[in-house]
Amino acid sequence: MRSMLNVALPKGRLGEKVYAMFEKAGFPCPSILENNRKLIFENEELGLRFFWAKPSDVPIYVERGVADIGVAGKDILLEYAPDVYELLDLGIGKCRMAVAAPEDFRDDPARTLRVATKFSRIARNYYEAMGREIDIIHLTGSIEIAPIIGLSDVIVDIVETGTTLRENHLEVRAEVVPISARLIANKAGYKFKGDLVDRITAGIAAQVNGN
Amino acid sequence: MSYDKSVLCGNESAAFRLRGLYRRFGYTQYKMNKFEEYDLYVRNKDFLISDHVITFTDTNGRLLALKPDVTLSIIKNGKDTPGAVQKVYYHENVYRISDRTGAFQEIMQVGLECIGAVDDYCVLEVLSLAARSLTAISDRAVLDISHLGLLSAVLDSLLVPSATRAALLAAIGEKNLHELTALCAAADVTAQKTALLRELCTLQGAPDAVMPRLVALLTGTVPAEMLASFSRLMMALVTAGLGHIVRVDFSVVGDMGYYNGIVFKGFVEGVPTGVLSGGQYDKLMQKMGRSSSAIGFAVYLDLLERLSAEPRSYDGDALVLYGAEDDPAVLAAALEQLTADGTTVLAARTLPAGLRFRRCYRLNGKEGTLDEIDA
Repeated sequence: MRSMLNVALPKGRLGEKVYAMFEKAGFPCPSILENNRKLIFENEELGLRFFWAKPSDVPIYVERGVADIGVAGKDILLEYAPDVYELLDLGIGKCRMAVAAPEDFRDDPARTLRVATKFSRIARNYYEAMGREIDIIHLTGSIEIAPIIGLSDVIVDIVETGTTLRENHLEVRAEVVPISARLIANKAGYKFKGDLVDRITAGIAAQVNGN
Repeated sequence: MSYDKSVLCGNESAAFRLRGLYRRFGYTQYKMNKFEEYDLYVRNKDFLISDHVITFTDTNGRLLALKPDVTLSIIKNGKDTPGAVQKVYYHENVYRISDRTGAFQEIMQVGLECIGAVDDYCVLEVLSLAARSLTAISDRAVLDISHLGLLSAVLDSLLVPSATRAALLAAIGEKNLHELTALCAAADVTAQKTALLRELCTLQGAPDAVMPRLVALLTGTVPAEMLASFSRLMMALVTAGLGHIVRVDFSVVGDMGYYNGIVFKGFVEGVPTGVLSGGQYDKLMQKMGRSSSAIGFAVYLDLLERLSAEPRSYDGDALVLYGAEDDPAVLAAALEQLTADGTTVLAARTLPAGLRFRRCYRLNGKEGTLDEIDA
């Protein structure tokens, strides 16, 4: 039986853009565009099997080998730190991980900085590199409210347009790391299906470099 | 006494095959205590896969640990004898935190260590045994081999700060070309050196296909003898008939504080992570007060559990139901007859919940026969 290459795509607008790149690279799966409730889509001729996954779960699928390759945001990769190959920066889904604080906040280096974030590992690594002592407050949503109601001094979060920050009188104080979508591969899977993975990577890289 | 090999799980039969392989090459079994002084692991915790250790206080007040690693104990308990080589294999359980579940796990591990006056033949032998270990597990296997001495020499030539050096090494480990390029640009690495690093990051394949290019790429940047030695070793593996398993791949990176030369990782199809890991660890030997060299590897047998082809459809071949009134001797005689050809049988008064059998019988106590019935 021919072994299929399993591809985990992030659900949502980003995933649709990523699929378009696969298609343009010569690796289509037309059934994925049909309006139905199917979860898995195959192109037997090319030996490809696509499935949609929650964006934050894509690295788990790839690290565990049920997906040979997948696309995930750099924010998720930095936070979860999966043991995978990161083969390509797709140059889409661009935003930045930043430190934001109330407009009138003055940082006192003599005090422990209270940091609210969904991205505890990224925040810890960022402040550790600066030698700054922090108190991480791990939240799972509505991060912006934390400094407004006094739960934290600053937040570390993804900033796209900055509109939400401005409307809540918060401002970016520092950029932690730029974020974009990355093509990742399972290390073991790459050993046995590397030729097809390399052809897909090259096909998508040509589009990234052409942008 | 002969035994039915089908009773062994995938990882158990692999363990027996590997032990036989290592014995054939003169490696003797190293047995050790389950416990070790906790202090040994505190002093070398960076070498451990996980620095969490299960500890307890012995009756004499000493703080002991359930061993999370075997190599450290072998080094600690050995001594250097000029010109001599100690070749041992082990088959032990270790206790460490799973990076997936975050909980402690008992992990069955088989491996070998070659310690002492390690020469080029010893390195070749260990690499050959690593490759043969993989083929003993699966006919679809790959052994990736890298050289930290060569990688280190390339990174030294860049003259970049230690943080950048560590980040570059991590990027090579991820085959992350975009990050590698960005780091080089940020550290003002020349275009020529950036191109060299990018090619080193992507160069991979069978030794006979890759080595000529690698030698051309690294000549002038790394010590000539180190490169020549690596090249001879890789080609010797091809000569030994292992060229179809062995691949040169510099994405295998280990802790440069412990490993110094060859490092390698083995993969088999169907297991999502490396099942074998090893390398030369002279620096660890030095840290532990030993002056000789060492190379070894471990095979993570727990990862092979799911490798067996098919999940079992049945829990046994036959179920024999009997009643309270039946004579035990008659039942025993009927079972003896049924199991004579290797059939697996469970005798029970009622159908056990959750178990499945190919055939089901009811004991005819008067005749001493078994009547087949629907399960």
